[in-house]
Amino acid sequence: MIHVVLHDAKDTVGVAVVEGIKAGTQLNAWIMDEDKTISVEATQDIPIGHKVALKDMAVGDTVYKYGIDIGKVVASIRAGEHAHVHNIKTKRW
Amino acid sequence: MPVIDKNTTFRGYRRENGRVGVRNHVIILPLDDLSNAAAEAVAAAIKGTMAIPHPYGRLQFGPDLDLHFRTLIGTGSNPNVAAVVVIGIEDEWTRKVVDGIAKTGKPVVGFGIEGHGDHETIKRASMAAKQFVQHATALHRAECPIKDLWVSTKCGESDTTSGCGSNPTVGNAFDKLHPLGTTLVFGETSEITGGEDLVAARCANDQVRERFMFMFNRYQDMINRWRTSDLFESQPTKGNIAGGLTTIEEKALGNIQKIGRKCTVDGVIDKAEEPTHPGLWFMDSSSAAAEMVTLCAASGYVVHFFPTGQGNVIGNPILPVIKLCANPRTVRLMSEHVDVDCSSLLQREMTLDQAGDKLLEAMLATSNGRWTSAEALGHREFVLTRIHESA
Repeated sequence: MIHVVLHDAKDTVGVAVVEGIKAGTQLNAWIMDEDKTISVEATQDIPIGHKVALKDMAVGDTVYKYGIDIGKVVASIRAGEHAHVHNIKTKRW
Repeated sequence: MPVIDKNTTFRGYRRENGRVGVRNHVIILPLDDLSNAAAEAVAAAIKGTMAIPHPYGRLQFGPDLDLHFRTLIGTGSNPNVAAVVVIGIEDEWTRKVVDGIAKTGKPVVGFGIEGHGDHETIKRASMAAKQFVQHATALHRAECPIKDLWVSTKCGESDTTSGCGSNPTVGNAFDKLHPLGTTLVFGETSEITGGEDLVAARCANDQVRERFMFMFNRYQDMINRWRTSDLFESQPTKGNIAGGLTTIEEKALGNIQKIGRKCTVDGVIDKAEEPTHPGLWFMDSSSAAAEMVTLCAASGYVVHFFPTGQGNVIGNPILPVIKLCANPRTVRLMSEHVDVDCSSLLQREMTLDQAGDKLLEAMLATSNGRWTSAEALGHREFVLTRIHESA
């Protein structure tokens, strides 16, 4: 089963594509553009559609998805944690 | 074997001006808010007609009034419409809409209410509407080449599965439609934010690129003029955020998947303008679903691809809206709204190529007459974009 998809090997977050991912689950993550899989352990529950961090990130770091800048880290994130509006913000507007 | 190639045909209605529709509506189109009651009374009296009520049309001026006329005339001119009865509070602006639609050669007539009252207007308009229905129901579908199909796209209540699954599915279908001489469009100007360089790089030439960046920057200026925050909960919406989208940049990069990987952006139009040649067009437009789809219909598009993540339920009075979804939870909970389920893409059980073909099959079935879920459920959202306040 694929738990998480990411677009580009450079991405620092992936998207949960199954329901009910619990902390402690070993996640099978599919890199769509390269058609290969990597593994990461969820350290928090991740709702479907929400993102899991694939590496540790510090405040001010750029978050990559589609291999492109999607915003900045505003509260430090560890690999396996839920990455969303509580720790990432837009750089626009 | 490909689902479509240059020899593919569909059964559509060839209109007087050569354009092809996939529906055969007779519409009762109010010029303004005051004429909704009469328009709805006519539609209630004459079977097979449809009123398209809306809240505007009084004391508008300047670019806002131009867009009002362009949207109403475009809606009546759309080849999915066989004939139009226009009703307005007074004769002059009513005539302006009638004259605009009449350029297509299709049957159209207008009625002003002042000096007659609702009863007399409803009576006269109903007599015309009855004749138009009998005219329209005598028309037949005929084989038309795929190049005559105009296809629009806009996504709504997106989530992260939109960017991974349903939007790339539209992109795959667009990549297959583009070389066949079809006329395509995407837009949602604010929802390009963070990916504007990617769209600019896809523009066919410098002239198109400059026009695209002009539209993009004009929209950014508008947002900067009015904003009181970083638009959090407006763009991305609360629904987007609930679905896992965090920033406008993330949403935009998902949005842009709809233009595929190969097709070039061949032209740029302002809101509700009509494209002048085949290819993929960018239309400056709101990212609000009903506004954008209404503008696509007014530009002359006859079939719409609408990817959703969290489950937007939108339809349009005259433009069939095909919904596709890659979120397995939404497909399970809101199945009556989903025309094309592409959720198995995200489990690698279907390829993007297969998903694109599935959407194209739905497009052909819809073009040949099959109703979409939104049509069967009675979704007829018609929302006019406003540029500025009335006088």
